[in-house]
Amino acid sequence: MSESILTLSIDGKDVSAVAGQTILEVARENGIAIPTLCYLQGLTPVGACRMCLVEVKGVPKLLPACVTRAAEGMEVTTQTPRLQEYRRTIVELLFAERNHVCAVCVSNNHCELQDLARRVGMNHVRVPYRYPRLGVDATHPRFAVDHNRCVLCGRCVRVCDEIEGAHTWDFMGRGIECRVITDMNQPWGSSETCTSCGKCVHVCPTGTLTEKGRAAAEMKKRLQFLPYLTLMREARP
Amino acid sequence: MSNKIRLATVWLDGCSGCHMSFLDMDERLLELADKIELVSSPIMDAKDVPPNIDLTLIEGAVSSEEDLHKALAFRKNSKLVMAFGDCAVTGNVPSMRNMFDVDEVYNRAYVETADTQKQVPRSVVPALLARARPVHEVIHVDVHLPGCPPNADIIFYVLSELIAGRMPDPMKIGKFG
Amino acid sequence: MTPEELRELAEKRRAQLKQPRCRLNVCLAAGCQSCAGDSVFKAIKQQIEARKLDGVQVRGVGCLGLCAEGPLVLVEPSGLLYQRVKPEDAGELLDALEGAPLKRLECPTDVPFFRAQKKIVLENAGVIDPENLEDYLAAKGYEGLIRALTDMTPADVIAEVTTSGLRGRGGGGYPTGLKWSTVAKSKGAKKYVICNGDEGDPGAFMDRAVLESDPHRVIEGMIIAAYAVGAQHGYAYIRAEYPLAVKRMQNAIKQAQKAGLLGDGILGTSFSFNMEVRLGAGAFVCGEETALIASIEGKRGQPRPRPPFPAESGLWGYPTLINNVETFANIPPILRHGGAWYAAIGTEKSKGTKVFALAGRVKNTGLIEVPMGITLREIIFDIGGGIPDGKKFKAVQTGGPSGGCIPEQYLDMPVDYDSLARVGSIMGSGGMIVMDETSCMVDVAKFFMDFCKAESCGKCVPCRAGTDQMHGILTKICNGEATLDDLALLERLCDVVKNTSLCGLGQTAPNPVLSTLKYFRDEYLAHIVDKRCPAGVCKIKAPAEVHA
Repeated sequence: MSESILTLSIDGKDVSAVAGQTILEVARENGIAIPTLCYLQGLTPVGACRMCLVEVKGVPKLLPACVTRAAEGMEVTTQTPRLQEYRRTIVELLFAERNHVCAVCVSNNHCELQDLARRVGMNHVRVPYRYPRLGVDATHPRFAVDHNRCVLCGRCVRVCDEIEGAHTWDFMGRGIECRVITDMNQPWGSSETCTSCGKCVHVCPTGTLTEKGRAAAEMKKRLQFLPYLTLMREARP
Repeated sequence: MSNKIRLATVWLDGCSGCHMSFLDMDERLLELADKIELVSSPIMDAKDVPPNIDLTLIEGAVSSEEDLHKALAFRKNSKLVMAFGDCAVTGNVPSMRNMFDVDEVYNRAYVETADTQKQVPRSVVPALLARARPVHEVIHVDVHLPGCPPNADIIFYVLSELIAGRMPDPMKIGKFG
Repeated sequence: MTPEELRELAEKRRAQLKQPRCRLNVCLAAGCQSCAGDSVFKAIKQQIEARKLDGVQVRGVGCLGLCAEGPLVLVEPSGLLYQRVKPEDAGELLDALEGAPLKRLECPTDVPFFRAQKKIVLENAGVIDPENLEDYLAAKGYEGLIRALTDMTPADVIAEVTTSGLRGRGGGGYPTGLKWSTVAKSKGAKKYVICNGDEGDPGAFMDRAVLESDPHRVIEGMIIAAYAVGAQHGYAYIRAEYPLAVKRMQNAIKQAQKAGLLGDGILGTSFSFNMEVRLGAGAFVCGEETALIASIEGKRGQPRPRPPFPAESGLWGYPTLINNVETFANIPPILRHGGAWYAAIGTEKSKGTKVFALAGRVKNTGLIEVPMGITLREIIFDIGGGIPDGKKFKAVQTGGPSGGCIPEQYLDMPVDYDSLARVGSIMGSGGMIVMDETSCMVDVAKFFMDFCKAESCGKCVPCRAGTDQMHGILTKICNGEATLDDLALLERLCDVVKNTSLCGLGQTAPNPVLSTLKYFRDEYLAHIVDKRCPAGVCKIKAPAEVHA
């Protein structure tokens, strides 16, 4: 047998996994919903948003399901009051961190952050809002980036590097001052590496990266291309 | 009369869209009217904050000294207070001025973009607070109903639950924005 | 060079060192340099030349320990130590070589600061010239390596380190022998050894002193480690803010390469290992091993989730051993004297000695090395000389921004990994900041949170946004603007950030807050309820109109 098969339990349900699969992959296969934000199938998981933290029996620390491999006999719990409270607080921290005004956002109703807020039962934000003064870069002919909506999930950085191979996007600055930038922190429109492929726009979970000229109801993200491209890459000799 | 629920609605810094949505309950308003007595609202002419309010719905963010005064006064006289809509719950659009200093905001509104009489009013208009704040940052809030605006169905659901003596969970059907 | 040649060189140097009648060791480590130790060195040198003194030699050496009284000059063989030496004292100092000691500048050495210490890592600091390989050889340098390469298998070396009971000195306290055996067992076409010299805790300068005072010791430790785990290449990752440490390390690597201690066929054996220095750009988070590895790889210094641990998949995906400077510095003496010798020092679960940077409100600030198990009281009141200006002790902060504040009631607790953890702090890398009654504990917590907030890499949400929020609340408390609700929120955020952050930085960032809340909650309440700062540090405005 080339691959070993494991059995484990998630939320009391016995499930099987192929060695190497993550807890998140196994959970999704079995219809067990674990919330995620920075994770996107087809991109390297980074474990940054901490939404997918789960409890594993016998492990004192919480583990991110997106990067933790399933192991034989593992007992995973994905929904406990403690985890739910942590997830809600993390979403609140995100809402308070920048200026997320759903009502006037082009991604209103098509936003993963907005969905998460609802999912974790965030009816209001219990930490003070920061109101940083952030800009919008609309120098690119087709796209725009609004830093007010950015959650620093890094999907744009990863898709640009791993799939498009351009590495136009990256992070700059530390901590709360961290920002996504294009090239050497120059206007997107002046980037010489950007191929204008638009992948970053479509993997962006919020209204940070958008296509110009689209109204709120139209700015739907199309993520279908990613698993397809990844598959094609892997199939290539 | 006496066993009816004494309801107040307040309009702070918001567009009144939440109140419009309230009116959108249409014929269900008649149903509610059997159980509710409206004791204060921007759509009626109450000069003072009435006593013994059972439930106050606050629309809008707390932006000015007048807003703050109202929020405090209604809290004092109400058993339950509900942050009604995104502006009350998150600060929403009114809070978009918070990334600027109040002076910048005044200047933009009354000087830079004014055609005539370029001056910042120092009386009559209530003074702005340093920041427009969600209601829960100023007073205790019992129920949060997000939405911009919350639609009539969810308002009806939440009110019906409260009238029935249950604590509703608006996030089951509602959302921000 | 063969072991014999090396030993010959050491012998020659030892004879040479005996020659001069007198030698003056001038401390040229960062502490004394910052108060013009190098001018003292030059002045003495000039005077010796001008007076054509025969048999009198002057040397620049590494840290002599008592930084508070620098610049320090140690006279050999008399053992006299002079403190606060100025360049203009050079003449008098030389005059005193013949007659009575120069009372005016004499620093008593028969005091607990010197007597209560036990020097293993710092045995050569202040004794040898850190820029001279032969000096290190004369002090039995590279003897441990010779023993490892000629008498022992890699498994023997690991067994020796395991026997010693040495635990990681960077803060985590992970058993070193276990770490080495894991890397040794990991399969990889290549393996790496990394020395973590990214010391970044405020008030900490242990690794800096070791690198500046005795760089060959670290290199020797790394070569032995490389032999034990089967690595071919090493990196000494040193923060660029330590230019002297970097210079001395680079110089020492060159010397070691020239002497055949690094490179192909070390000491005439078939074992090859080489290393180089990599500069850190000053990010605190790069002390975290996965972030450090990313930094060496030329990427943004951000941690990644573990597993896989570097032992399995580290630098460029290869098995990698990462140890801290002080950990490596402990290896040569362990190999020289044996693991059992080392294990006899310290406590049951914390073996050996620990270097501490004693700072803050204590008389004898400086660099000390003490056996594990010594009490905090001995460190602060005997070695440290107590609190200056007749003030009262309040707390001691250990472990830097990841540690906690320990109050007076635990002063008689032994200093070891487990005891410190029990009272809500950590051993950490060895920063020890003493605070007296003039310190406001809320202000202290705010200071460390400010540090963590600024040093968070920004990758994971709880650390990035949570530390900022906590800092905001602490600022509000210090300004007398906070309510009890804010305090409850602060405690809730501590819990979230501690339990959900990706790496050690975030997971431990709440510790200074949690420990001060545990032991000094009354100070928080004084700020919040009474609107006053008991220590008088925070400037709280008179209560204006407070609404709601």
